[in-house]
Amino acid sequence: MSGVWAALMGLGDVLAQHVILAACAIGLGIAVALPLAVWASRSQAVARGALGFASLVQTIPALALLALFFPILLSLRAVFGEGLPTLGFLPALLALALYALLPILRNAVTAQTNLDPGVLEAADGVGMNFWQRLRLVEAPLAAPYIMAGIRTAAVWTIGAATLSTTIGQPSLGDPIFAGLQTQNWSLVLAGCIASAGLAIVADALLGTIEAGFRRRDRRLWLGGAIAVAVGVAAAFASQADWSRDDGRDTIVIGTKQFSEQLILGRLVGEQLEDAGYNVEYREGLGSAVVAQAVANGSIDLYFDYTGTIWANQMKRTDNPGRDAMYDAIVKWERDVQGTRVVGKLGFENAYALAMREDRAQQLGIRTIEDLARAAPRLVAGGDPEWFERPEWFAVRDAYGLDFANERNFSPTFMYNALTSGDADVISAYTSDGRIAADNLVILDDPREALPSYDTLIIVSPERADDERLMAALEPLLGNINVDAMRQANFSVDRTDGDKKTPREAARWLAEEVGLD
Amino acid sequence: MASSLTFEGVTKRYDSTEALAGIDLTVEPGSFVALVGASGSGKSTLLKTINRLTEPSEGRVLLDGEDVSASDPTAMRRSTGYVFQRIGLFPHMTVGENIAIGPRLVGTRLGNERIGELLELVDLDPGMIDRLPDALSGGQQQRVGVARALAGQPSLLLMDEPFGALDPVTRDALGTRVRDLHERLDLTTIMVTHDMAEALILADRVLVMDKGRIVADETPQALASGKGGDVAQELVAVPRHQAEMLKGLEA
Repeated sequence: MSGVWAALMGLGDVLAQHVILAACAIGLGIAVALPLAVWASRSQAVARGALGFASLVQTIPALALLALFFPILLSLRAVFGEGLPTLGFLPALLALALYALLPILRNAVTAQTNLDPGVLEAADGVGMNFWQRLRLVEAPLAAPYIMAGIRTAAVWTIGAATLSTTIGQPSLGDPIFAGLQTQNWSLVLAGCIASAGLAIVADALLGTIEAGFRRRDRRLWLGGAIAVAVGVAAAFASQADWSRDDGRDTIVIGTKQFSEQLILGRLVGEQLEDAGYNVEYREGLGSAVVAQAVANGSIDLYFDYTGTIWANQMKRTDNPGRDAMYDAIVKWERDVQGTRVVGKLGFENAYALAMREDRAQQLGIRTIEDLARAAPRLVAGGDPEWFERPEWFAVRDAYGLDFANERNFSPTFMYNALTSGDADVISAYTSDGRIAADNLVILDDPREALPSYDTLIIVSPERADDERLMAALEPLLGNINVDAMRQANFSVDRTDGDKKTPREAARWLAEEVGLD
Repeated sequence: MASSLTFEGVTKRYDSTEALAGIDLTVEPGSFVALVGASGSGKSTLLKTINRLTEPSEGRVLLDGEDVSASDPTAMRRSTGYVFQRIGLFPHMTVGENIAIGPRLVGTRLGNERIGELLELVDLDPGMIDRLPDALSGGQQQRVGVARALAGQPSLLLMDEPFGALDPVTRDALGTRVRDLHERLDLTTIMVTHDMAEALILADRVLVMDKGRIVADETPQALASGKGGDVAQELVAVPRHQAEMLKGLEA
C-alpha cells in the first residue's frame, strides 16, 4: 500500500492536467449543447438531428474517437495551416467535448419538452419576447435537469480523459498506462484511485449545484459553483508557467506503448537535457500515430524499427537483407516523409516466435518449420497489433502457419499467457528481458520470413538539419547492445522486488553503456 | 379608458378544417362579452386572435381602431390582461414576482404596496406575497392569475375558460369579483366559457359560437326569454332545467 501512496503523491501534475482537460471539455460541451438545445426546442428537425448525432457519437468507443481526431486534424491543416496541433490537448479536448455533448443536450431538450405548457402560454400571454422567456422562465425551470446532465457528462469525461494519454495528452491515464506496460500495479491503482476520486468529488460538487437549483437555494448552488471554480482555477494556476522563458529549445520525444520505448525516451531525454534542451514526453502513442506525428512535426523525435517501417509504412513484403533495407529506409524517410534517420542505436528488437523451453522440447520444435507441423493443435498469442501486421502475414504465408486459435494480449499479459499455458507460442520481441527470465526459446527462421528490426532514432523535418541536436545524439548511436537493453527492459517489466521505473532503468542503461 | 374591438372577416384554417369562418363583430368599449359554445366551436381561437397567440388566415382584428397585426405582439400583450384555464403561474417565482412580471418586462418595478393592493382586489391576503404558487390552492392560484393580468393596468381583459378548473363555490365567488372589477377598473372584458349559466349571470352580451360561426348575439335577458335560435337555446336549456329541478326539490 505504501507503493500506492507514494505513487499517488507523485500524481499532482497529471491530476492538474486532467482537471484542466476535463473542465475545458465539459465547458466546450456546455457551450455547444445549450444553444443547440434552445434551437432544438424551436424545431423538431433540429432536435432529432442533434440528438441523433450526439447518440451516434456516443456509440463510438472513446479510445477510437480520440484516435480519429488525429487524421481529422491532420486534414484540417489544409485549412488552418501547419501550426494546428494534431496530438495532445486539442484532439483530446474536441473528442471529450463531443462525448460530453449527449448527456447535456439530452437533458436540456427533455427539460424543455417537459416544461408545463400552461407556464409557456403564460410567458407569451404576459408579453415576454424570446430572450425574456428564455432567461426568466425556461432557463430557471430547466436548470436542475441541465445540471443533472452536466453531472453525468462530468463523470463520463473524467473517466474517458484517462484515454487521452494514448494521443499524447498527459492525464491520469499516464500512470495507468505506464503501470500496465511495466506491470507496476501500484501505479495503475494510484491512477485509478485518483481518477475515480476526482469523478466522485466533481459529481458531489455538481450535485450540490443541482440541488441548489432544484430547491431554488442560492447559497447552495453558488457555494457549489465557487468550489468547482476554485478547483479548476487551482489546476490552471499549478500549470501556469511562472518561470520566465529560459530561451532553451524544447524537444518533444514521442514513444510507443512498451517499456523499451519508455526507457529509450528517458535515456535520450536526459542526454538532451544535459546538452541544454528542454524535453517533453508524449508517451504511450500508437505505432501508426507516432510515425505520422514525427512526419508532421507534432513530435520532434521517436524510435522505430527497420522492419516495422519497411512493412507498415513502405508496404514492402520482400526482404532484401539488413543493410540494403536500412539504406532504403533512410532514403525513403528523407524523400517521402521529409524526416531524418539519425542512425541505429545498435540493437535489434525483432519480432520472433517464442515458446516455453520445456514445451518446445516436449513437442520437438526448434524452428518455425517444426512449428507449422504442430500448429493446428496449438494456440498462438500476439500483441494487439500482431495478427494484423504484415510480418505475421509474411511468416504465416512463408511457413503455412495455421493455428487452432489466435488470441490477442497486451504485451505484458502475452508473456503471462505463455507461462500459464493460455498460449503455446507468442510473438515475442528479441530485446525483451523476459525471454531469458521466463526460459523461453526463440524459434529459428530458416526461410528468413521475418525482417530485421534495427532500432533507429528518427527526427522530424524541422529538426533534420539541427546539427546541435545531431551532435547531442551522436554518442548514443551504435552504443546500445542487446544484452544491456534486455536487462534494462527486464528491470522495468519484472514483477518481483527490484522493479525499476523507466527513468531509473534509463539511468542504469546510460551507465552500463558508458554514457555520462 | 376601456378598449373597443372590431373583427373583420376573421378566418382561421388548419389544413382542411375551418376553425373560424369569417367573423364580423364589433365590441363596444366597457362591455362584458361572453363567448359560449361547445368544444371546437372556435371560441378560444377567436379570443386568441386578439392578443395574437393565434394569427388569422384571413381578415383582421382592430383594437381601438388599430390593426393588431401591425403592432409588436409582446408590447400589445403587456398592456392586455390574459387569464386562462391552466393558470400558468411561474412556479419558480413568488406570488409577488408573478404579479409584478408584466411591468418588470418593460422595466417598471412594482412596489410591495401596489402588489398588496392587487392581492386585495382579488380577495387575497397581502401577506401571501412571498409564497410560492405550490403553496396555494387552485382558487388562490387563479386569483393570483387575475391579479397578474391586472397589474399592467390594462383596458382589455381576455379570459379563456378562467374558472373552468375551480370548484363551484370558488368559481362563483371569483366570477362575481371579476364582474365587479370589470366595472371598477373600466375594462372591456371578453370571456370564453362553455358554461351558459356563467355567461348569462356575468356578461351583458352573449355570443354563441358553433362550427366557427357566431350563431347568436343576444343579451342574457333575450336568451333567457327564448331568443337566439336552436343552438343557443339548447345551451340555455341546461341551466334552466337544473333550476327547475332545484325548484321542484324545494316544493
